[in-house]
Amino acid sequence: MNLKSLKKLLSGGGVTVPHHKDTANYPTEQLPLSAKIVLPMSQHVGAPCEPCVKKGDHVYVGTMVGKAPSAMSMHIFSSVSGTVTEVGPIMYNTSKGVTVVVVESDGLQEPDPSIQPPEVHDRESFLDAVSMSGIVGLGGAGFPTDIKIQPKNLNEIDTLLINGAECEPYLTTDNREFLECPDSILSGIRACLDYLGIPKALICIEDNKPAAIDLMTRKTAEDDRISVCVLESRYPQGAQNVLIYNATGRVVARGARHTTVGVMMLNVTTVSSVGKYLKTGMPLVTKRLTVAGDAIRSPKNLEVPIGTPILDVIDFCGVREEPQKIIVGGPMMGTAQMDVNYPITRQNNGLLAFGAKASEKPNATACIRCGRCINSCPMGLSPLAIRDAYVQFDADRLDELMADLCIGCGTCSYVCPAKRPLTQSVTLAKNFLKSKRNRGKN
Amino acid sequence: MDNQTSHLVVSPVPHIRSALTTQRIMLNVIIALLPALIASTVIFGLRSLLVVAVTTASCVLFEYLWCRIRKTASTIGDLSAVVTGLLLAFNLPPTVPLYLPVIGAIAAIIVTKELFGGIGCNFANPAIVGRITLAVSFPARMTSYLYPKLLMDCDALTSATPLAVSDQRLSLLDLFLGTHGGVIGETCALALLLGLIWLLATRTIEITIPLTYVGTVAVFSAICGENVLYQILSGGLLLGAVFMATDYTTSPFFRRGKIVFGVGLGVITCLIRFWGNMNEGVSYSILIMNLLVPYINRVFRRTPMGGGTRK
Repeated sequence: MNLKSLKKLLSGGGVTVPHHKDTANYPTEQLPLSAKIVLPMSQHVGAPCEPCVKKGDHVYVGTMVGKAPSAMSMHIFSSVSGTVTEVGPIMYNTSKGVTVVVVESDGLQEPDPSIQPPEVHDRESFLDAVSMSGIVGLGGAGFPTDIKIQPKNLNEIDTLLINGAECEPYLTTDNREFLECPDSILSGIRACLDYLGIPKALICIEDNKPAAIDLMTRKTAEDDRISVCVLESRYPQGAQNVLIYNATGRVVARGARHTTVGVMMLNVTTVSSVGKYLKTGMPLVTKRLTVAGDAIRSPKNLEVPIGTPILDVIDFCGVREEPQKIIVGGPMMGTAQMDVNYPITRQNNGLLAFGAKASEKPNATACIRCGRCINSCPMGLSPLAIRDAYVQFDADRLDELMADLCIGCGTCSYVCPAKRPLTQSVTLAKNFLKSKRNRGKN
Repeated sequence: MDNQTSHLVVSPVPHIRSALTTQRIMLNVIIALLPALIASTVIFGLRSLLVVAVTTASCVLFEYLWCRIRKTASTIGDLSAVVTGLLLAFNLPPTVPLYLPVIGAIAAIIVTKELFGGIGCNFANPAIVGRITLAVSFPARMTSYLYPKLLMDCDALTSATPLAVSDQRLSLLDLFLGTHGGVIGETCALALLLGLIWLLATRTIEITIPLTYVGTVAVFSAICGENVLYQILSGGLLLGAVFMATDYTTSPFFRRGKIVFGVGLGVITCLIRFWGNMNEGVSYSILIMNLLVPYINRVFRRTPMGGGTRK
């Protein structure tokens, strides 16, 4: 243990979670095609896409089915070849209807004949190419990548941070991306550096992925602009502000975007997908998923056509017992699913199924004011005080406690010995503060 | 797997929780108190074990009865009443008549803990309030210390706590092993240190408060020309510093606050010991500093990351 990590240990912040990364060495397998795929028109942050195909149309792999209505959105492409059987809203167990395009696969997987590698020679054509790639923040955020790579202060950006921390337990998809597609990652990074005029890139990897660190260090040895930054395996290392601080020492001010400190951050799978798109011109139509959890018989890393129903993915891996809880994403920040017919979307990177015992809700008891939530909060917040201020609807106190800085990482709930739902309380408090502020403006 | 999914559990993040529970924390404290309990039985005989049993049982019973009267779910399963009972018993001389622990348990559990809202809401350490209530109400009973059976054949002889004896006739080894008069749990420094090691190893407490508390007493004693080791090992200092001052609810959250808390405890303890009209200052210093904790927490806060500037 070096001095820096000792200091970090003493100052608290973050938590050591069990890794469960059993699938780290499982090569990616191809999921067999489903009979039909379902493509929701909102698989990103921003305006939902508008369907640009109609019932009965024939589509190929890579044919655009959803068109972005505005800049803050991202086109959606078919992941199979076949016939559109349905366009319109569909009801799931969720409360509101979702507009979807359903494609029945013909099993041929013919690529769209119009697809060819994009011609990229300067910044403008690079940005145009990315905006046609269907790529969004693939670490789970789903922020349109073409918007992300053109901040207003692009000329002030001096570092491209590649987020390969993958601090969520169970998930190993970024690890597989490093091991299976290192050249796509590097070509994606180089394209960003060249066309966006950023001088250097740091590939950030947690120290629980030694093979990935080793490979990337060797691959980048000759390139002065790209280096590997090894980080302690400590949740939530991959959270944007935490990673920026640990990799560069810069602090993103409250309410500011991360580009204000001169960094641009892209997930490793995102940048790798950019690299692949520039080479082939095939937009993002498949996604690697880690399928794990104690209810899964054989955990796997799978390459899944986007739009495949959750049920088909779970059936392919087999179940050990009837899953009681299904999570899309990691166990710390992922979303518990209500409906197994819902499809895998492009920002998903994990599918976890848990049996009865692991799905039991913990029984919350009285707060003993042990301070573990405070001392482990990576943002230095006081969850228990925020919760107290929230139940009194005290917006001034919440503002003073800076509840809006919460990144929702779940550490406070994780460490709480009384099993209190602190993350939920702080999220509610954060939204309350935001609504109160907006009301103040009007 | 079928596609009928109405049984699926949907809950907010995170979907995994640490194994640590309130009960486990309290169990760790109980385990840490066991060496002192064994030492007291060896030093003072079975009578001390009886006092501990009565005190603990009455603390648990009062909490149980309180929950029954309030018609709420019983909270005795979290073991915090057991910890309070053990700590209160450790603050009683082994000779006390057995109705004293019962009164102390009422002051600790009902008055200090439950009336203020139960676990996590007490304004001061319940065991400390219980002890002070008894010390103020029954001063003679609370200071008639039994001289250790180990050294004497008769068990009726009482002696003062070493702090009340001016000629410092006890050896440091006696103080370290606890073979001298005092309350049940405080005398054996060795056992208390074993408990401290357990608490630190299980990460139940941080070293900050015990270290700053004992450190301040050491420095203050040295400045005032007192025997430093004698001051540290005698009286209830180690018991208070390791087990009483580190109570979560009544100690500050942040390290800087903990340091202020520890220094304050040390200064008040020494002021009472050297210039007060009582021999022992640990419980009063903890009570006083307990009351200041909300203010310490307000002053010594961590600035959230990025909270220094605002855009």
